[in-house]
Amino acid sequence: MNIEEYKKLVKEMSPRENRLKNMIVAFFVGGMIGFLGEFFLYFVTETFATSRADAFIWLCLTLILVGTILTAFGFFDNWVSKCKCGFIIPTTGFAHSVTSCALDFKKEGLVTGLGANFFRLAGSVILYGIISAFFLCIVRVVLGG
Amino acid sequence: MASCKYKNVYLNDYYTVVGPLEKESRLKGYDIALDDFYYNEKTFELAEVKMQNVVIDNILFKNGLKTSEVDLLIGGDLTNQISVTNYSARNYNFPFLGLYAACATFPESLIVGANFIDNMNYKKIITITSSHNLTAEKQFRYPTEYGAPKPHTATFTATGSAATLLSRAESRIKIESSTIGTPVDMGIKDANNLGAVMAPAAASTLLRHLSDLKRDADYYDLILTGDLGCVGGEIFKEYLKRNQNMKLKNHLDAGCELFLKGQDTYAGGSGPVCLPLVLFNRILLSRKYKKILIIGTGALHSPTLVNQKKSIPAIAHAVSLEVL
Repeated sequence: MNIEEYKKLVKEMSPRENRLKNMIVAFFVGGMIGFLGEFFLYFVTETFATSRADAFIWLCLTLILVGTILTAFGFFDNWVSKCKCGFIIPTTGFAHSVTSCALDFKKEGLVTGLGANFFRLAGSVILYGIISAFFLCIVRVVLGG
Repeated sequence: MASCKYKNVYLNDYYTVVGPLEKESRLKGYDIALDDFYYNEKTFELAEVKMQNVVIDNILFKNGLKTSEVDLLIGGDLTNQISVTNYSARNYNFPFLGLYAACATFPESLIVGANFIDNMNYKKIITITSSHNLTAEKQFRYPTEYGAPKPHTATFTATGSAATLLSRAESRIKIESSTIGTPVDMGIKDANNLGAVMAPAAASTLLRHLSDLKRDADYYDLILTGDLGCVGGEIFKEYLKRNQNMKLKNHLDAGCELFLKGQDTYAGGSGPVCLPLVLFNRILLSRKYKKILIIGTGALHSPTLVNQKKSIPAIAHAVSLEVL
């Protein structure tokens, strides 16, 4: 059996991921977080008479805080495996990736461990986020004037 | 010739420690079970070192051995530079050989030990192996708390440690023969499907073993592969069927036999300790099998080379055991 035939055999024998189910789960879980976020926005703008933009910053901060606390208490990783990517895509996922690295490497020292590995997973998000923001800004300036 | 027969090598005793998830699994009769992943230590790595020390100490204690009576300690694990085994070996004054064959470490240590006893007149040898789900996760995948969703082909590293005592003194388990495998690379690059990576290596070692010793697969009551998992185990059988027209009836996979269905461990258990745990705490307890061929399978990958998009080589070593 050559390599190509073997790859075909492996593909045949490996169980397929149920992508549709994963997508539906992620859609509803992510959607629920968005739904609760919208409530939160409404609550903050009404109660504290802030602008929607300010309320949005408070929402982000709250999601990050909640995500971090849930990771620190060890709930998040169990939920991620059940709720699929619905839990990761909102800001909570970013907070979770940073906190899980920090928890893992804190025992290897503040500089060599925690500091060096803090953005191990989130580093790509920051780097490519900034780069794509830069290019999208250029597009907007060119198109929008 | 990669296979050899041994005249007088026996596996006198074994001792096993299992992790919290393995406690609830299909295993029975283990010696100690952990309640949490830390085992009263500060880090997961230190917990794994402690597991190894506990099994070695108990092997020494149960058999009334003094440090000076142990001629050699052989073993390995999954962490960087097999540091867990190195750090546990420093607590003893034994001559020490560290091995790395990923999840094939257990049979490899039996092979090395059996050869030293049969040919070099070594009297007593202890072999040690361990794995810890969270140190392995950290080593090969993501930080422990990250819990990224995994496909159904992924396996779940078992937590535990197992030590054995080998010598010439006659006992219930005889190490009869062994085959050293060759690295096999069938071009699979997916580190989440290690069963598929290792299945051809297991098949190659099995065929080599049978042809070297002029045996038929039916000679054995049980062929127990190490940690191909439920998916890899099926690929292994299908590969043999299509390639050699060989139908294995007496095959079980330790990874697939370890956890219960509801434990959410994807395609089953893996790790160097998976094979000894299932062998000692499940297969031998059933007393159904007399001639057992264990084939430990290891994926020889590192995260660096997987990220460099290189395909993963695998190795498998076989040891034939006779339960008297």
